Amino acid sequence: MATEYTFSAEELARIADIRRRYPTARAALMPVLWMAQEKFGWLSRGVIELVAQTLGLSPAEVYGVATFYTMYHTEAHGRYVLDLCTCLSCQVLGAEELLHYLEERLGVRDGQTTPDGLFTIRHTECLGACGSGPVLMLNNRRYVHRLSRERLDQLLEELRQGRIPEFESIPLPERHWENEEPS
Amino acid sequence: MTNWKAYRPLLLPPIRGLDRIEVYEQHGGYEALRRVLAEWTPARVIEEVKASGLRGRGGAGFSTGLKWSFMPPPDGRPRYLCVNGDESEPGTFKDRQILEFNPHLLIEGALIAAYAIQATAIYLYIRGEYADWIDRVEVALLQARERGYIGERVLGTDWSIAFYVHRGAGAYICGEESALMESIEGKRAYPRQKPPFPAQRGLWGRPTTINNVETLANVPLIIRHGAEWYNQIGAPKHPGPILYGISGHVNRPGVYELPSGMPIETLIYEVAGGIRGGKRLKAVIPGGSSTPPLRADQIAGVTMDAESLRAAGSMMGTAGMVVLDEDTDMVRVLVRIAEFYHHESCGQCTPCREGTGWLVKILRRIERGEGKPADLELLLEICNQMEGRTVCALADAAAWPVRHTIQRFREEFEARCRGSLFSVPEPIPSTSQ
Ligand SMILES: Cc1cc2nc3c(=O)[nH]c(=O)nc-3n(C[C@H](O)[C@H](O)[C@H](O)COP(=O)(O)O)c2cc1C
Repeated sequence: MATEYTFSAEELARIADIRRRYPTARAALMPVLWMAQEKFGWLSRGVIELVAQTLGLSPAEVYGVATFYTMYHTEAHGRYVLDLCTCLSCQVLGAEELLHYLEERLGVRDGQTTPDGLFTIRHTECLGACGSGPVLMLNNRRYVHRLSRERLDQLLEELRQGRIPEFESIPLPERHWENEEPS
Repeated sequence: MTNWKAYRPLLLPPIRGLDRIEVYEQHGGYEALRRVLAEWTPARVIEEVKASGLRGRGGAGFSTGLKWSFMPPPDGRPRYLCVNGDESEPGTFKDRQILEFNPHLLIEGALIAAYAIQATAIYLYIRGEYADWIDRVEVALLQARERGYIGERVLGTDWSIAFYVHRGAGAYICGEESALMESIEGKRAYPRQKPPFPAQRGLWGRPTTINNVETLANVPLIIRHGAEWYNQIGAPKHPGPILYGISGHVNRPGVYELPSGMPIETLIYEVAGGIRGGKRLKAVIPGGSSTPPLRADQIAGVTMDAESLRAAGSMMGTAGMVVLDEDTDMVRVLVRIAEFYHHESCGQCTPCREGTGWLVKILRRIERGEGKPADLELLLEICNQMEGRTVCALADAAAWPVRHTIQRFREEFEARCRGSLFSVPEPIPSTSQ
């Protein structure tokens, strides 16, 4: 089937590499879906078909996997996807209020994209950064920790200017008792 | 636990640049692997780990050495070790610290485990959201490969091992060991019926062992210092260092490495600096969202080990402790926990797929002030219909917090229902999703 989507020779070589890590072609599906999503932005029907063809699977098999996992986008989204954790530890630190704040600031609801195509906001399940919450994940990767309204304002401004925040290493908490004099 | 202040971290020691292989080696890194490959039989490694008393840190607390001993004898065909870095149970953020600050300890532990079970390949499954940490682990793996710790004929012996990272894509269920294998195989992650257990039929039908990241990070310590040294640390029946992830309403949240068996009160008030704003404690969720919450008046003398927590009516889980202050709305907290499990149910088993949906709907209507007093019994009845009736333990993990939060904070739930005593009865909503 002719498709408008293709992998370059270099990408096909990478896929061949990925396939060597697993005894079956099927097992290469998740890494190849990641590659495809990073290249094309989201997994449209044409991209699903390309992945299926590349791995010798049916589009239905590929679509079935793509829709099982929440990080694969099977719909178009904004340039910046903000996944704000509202689960348990972040929740009790006020994450739900921050989500509403984002909704107000951007004039869209949870799950929607701003009309200029810049921002998609979503609430998400636990991101595993409970000690530095509330936290959000930008574009399936970069964590932004210790959110407040001010930090969100600043982040939106940076993103509007096309600046992605750097990786932030959250140091382990201080073990204050180790500096105490033994009594 | 009298001398916890004297304990110094072993899994996450305060050494700068420990994620670089040269630094890790300067501090004794990969010596345990060298020793094992040069002098120990695989069976001896398993015996040592068994004797150490190490129990899994992924939530179930199963004896690690015993699990390894379930692997059948090698038959020349592939066999696998899966490292579980899915870390998605709300309140849990400890494995990520190992990936960031001490990845080589995990790699060394996984290699020793793989040798012990005579695996031919290791798959390290890391949740997709941890992309930035996956990149760091890939760098560490590259360094380990260059030094000959991974690959053909490791360190000149006749043992060979492959080591790959598999990136998840957002699904809590992938942390369940058989779902994790389905996910590595490139499928929708539906848990498998057990038996057969992974040691008999695991990845691609071959013998497989699955261990948590933190569990494996303990293994080089056991080899370096011996089982006897190890089982002197912390609680006798659940020994070793524990990464306590403390979050919620505390002054100093974070992951603290301390011996097992720490008193909950010490962790909250001394280690994590007490409750924010000088408030009083209302409840503690000791080990991730699935472990039953303890009321403030239930924690006196309770320590963080499987035995003490079971006696208190909860579980150790992942030791991801969520601390809730007196202002916390337990109904709201429980609604959100129920929403999590509903969202993450894979939908394979009816009691879980439908049950988690019902829990959410009924809890939401209680939260809105539209609940009926009989709703609390209805919720408990749904829990009865979920527990122990599904392929995997997600349904149990969803039911436990509902059952115990209602039991332990019943007045709060009843007060919410009372508000609606005279409201017009609402038709029971359908279960369509
Ligand atoms: C729904 C569900 C989710 C789980 N999630 C995780 C997880 O994220 N990480 C983990 O190590 N174990 C998780 N487990 C436990 C694993 O099934 C398994 O027991 C564990 O990885 C074994 O490793 P251990 O013996 O070293 O603890 C989960 C179990 C269930 C039922």
